[in-house]
Amino acid sequence: MSKKHNNVLPGFNLSLGFTIFYLSLIVLIPLSAAFIKTSTLSLHEFWVAVASPRVVASYKLTFGASLIGASINALFGLLTAWVLTRYTFPGKRIIDALVDLPFALPTAVAGIALTAIYAPNGWIGSLLAPHGIKVAFTPIGIVIALTFIGLPFVVRTVQPILEDLEAETEEAAASLGANRWQTFTKIIFPAIAPALLTGFSLAFARAIGEYGSVIFIAGNMPMVSEITPLIIITKLEQYDYAGATAVAVVMLVISFILLLGINGLQWWNSRRNSRAI
Amino acid sequence: MKKSLFHISLLAALVIAPTAQAADITLLNVSYDPTRELYQDYNTAFAKYWKAKTGDTVSIKASHGGSGKQARAIIDGLDADVATLALAYDVDQLYEKGRLIPKDWQKRLGHNSAPYTSTIVFLVRKGNPKKIKDWDDVVKPGVSVITPNPKTSGGARWNYLAAWAYALKKNNNDETKAKEFVGKLFKNVPVLDTGARGATTTFVERGIGDVLLAWENEAFLAQKELGPDKFEIIVPSLSILAEPTVTVVDKVVDKRKTRAVATAYLEYLYSEEGQEIAAQNYYRPILDSVAKKYEKSFPKVSLVKIDEVFGGWQKAQKTHFADGGTFDEIYQK
Repeated sequence: MSKKHNNVLPGFNLSLGFTIFYLSLIVLIPLSAAFIKTSTLSLHEFWVAVASPRVVASYKLTFGASLIGASINALFGLLTAWVLTRYTFPGKRIIDALVDLPFALPTAVAGIALTAIYAPNGWIGSLLAPHGIKVAFTPIGIVIALTFIGLPFVVRTVQPILEDLEAETEEAAASLGANRWQTFTKIIFPAIAPALLTGFSLAFARAIGEYGSVIFIAGNMPMVSEITPLIIITKLEQYDYAGATAVAVVMLVISFILLLGINGLQWWNSRRNSRAI
Repeated sequence: MKKSLFHISLLAALVIAPTAQAADITLLNVSYDPTRELYQDYNTAFAKYWKAKTGDTVSIKASHGGSGKQARAIIDGLDADVATLALAYDVDQLYEKGRLIPKDWQKRLGHNSAPYTSTIVFLVRKGNPKKIKDWDDVVKPGVSVITPNPKTSGGARWNYLAAWAYALKKNNNDETKAKEFVGKLFKNVPVLDTGARGATTTFVERGIGDVLLAWENEAFLAQKELGPDKFEIIVPSLSILAEPTVTVVDKVVDKRKTRAVATAYLEYLYSEEGQEIAAQNYYRPILDSVAKKYEKSFPKVSLVKIDEVFGGWQKAQKTHFADGGTFDEIYQK
């Protein structure tokens, strides 16, 4: 009861009820369908479906490539956000708008465009080919596609925080004798770390589920460049609905644990910071 | 109150009237990828024929995609009056998984419900720089081969089985040798696209690979679209008889009351005109008179049948393409 009185805004019960209803309808019910479909398998069948060498190789590739892609985005997304907030230069608005493009572009278009460029007869691919570097149709191609689609997440989460962080704080740090590196690590980075982590986890989550843009550039060789979403499609193609959802469930659980871990990290980070203040 | 009731009945009359009077029929033909051009031509021809015969106007919509994907869409409730798919296995699933058609669907139309056939040939670059003449040249080290993934593409399953059948014949039906042969072939594959059109794009647009294993009609089409000065078709000494099959989807036509026209639509494929259109779109006709007329367009090749060599689709699917089948073994060793 006392908790209720503490709420300044009215309508807590109603809005919470609606939130739970809405989440159930949009997220939980479709997801539970995957679990129900999987439960038609015996434990042994489930294990065979989700732990065969081909499927395990695809988990490694999907999560590994997503992690690399998200890490690249964290670094260069931060740099992009920094440039867009701290400096003014001609064409800034255009670059700002360009950042959102991977959001809006149909993923298949992105995949075809990237493949055309990185294939051995494409613009970039033809420059790399003489040096024996193959990008398209290898795991490197997958990382590039996942980096491409994940970029806006980091930029758009970090940008508002950087905008709020006034340049005066940096000047203050400098006037108190901090060098540039110290200003960055002690003043700026702690302030933007939570947003950076959010952007990273969004880019990571997006990359794990990505199908359209990857499928054209991956080459799809079993054990080498086959992503887990393709394994799911392959199983569906064989009318193996239960096997497909079994793999989907494994992906869901791993993704959920990873995202929970990242959220936990964020929670721990914000507690540590608030205690420091 | 009375007035609004009047309005409602007027509205109802307006809505009902057109369907009650004019016989405007729509049909949905759910087909696979490379039949796009074929059914474009055929649908116009059939609409004309049906109008002349019955006076009804029939408009046919066609949907194209990977054969397995299309079958799944029908099972999941897409209202397809007729299904015209790449292989009998996919049509079988309409019975197995959805009970949408009877078990003996394949006996309902002539020639095992396959009104036209095709086969698997090689498409190579102009001048055939790697001197590819037969299957033995395809498995040589250093030759790069493009084929889609047999797990996701109907066409690729035909490719796989054609190579397997050749190796069987060459090695006196030794299955181990055949597997070795197909293993060597897939060692030469740098990219596995998910569908036949994707593989054609990889070969033609991206310039990857020395040889594309393709549907005969797809190879002819690529040559026509892109010019004979760029690609050559090579016919191997032995290939497989691909029989794309067609059926009326009983549950749907009974619900939509389109059985008569849907059945006529498929039967007309067997007529002189239907066969002509198939031949013009590079499918091999089965009607003797038309086959003779187009004899020159289709190179003679010794064709094996899937029922004879592999014991039918159900068995071939289980041995070769299901999880743990020979295709998986090739990659997991």
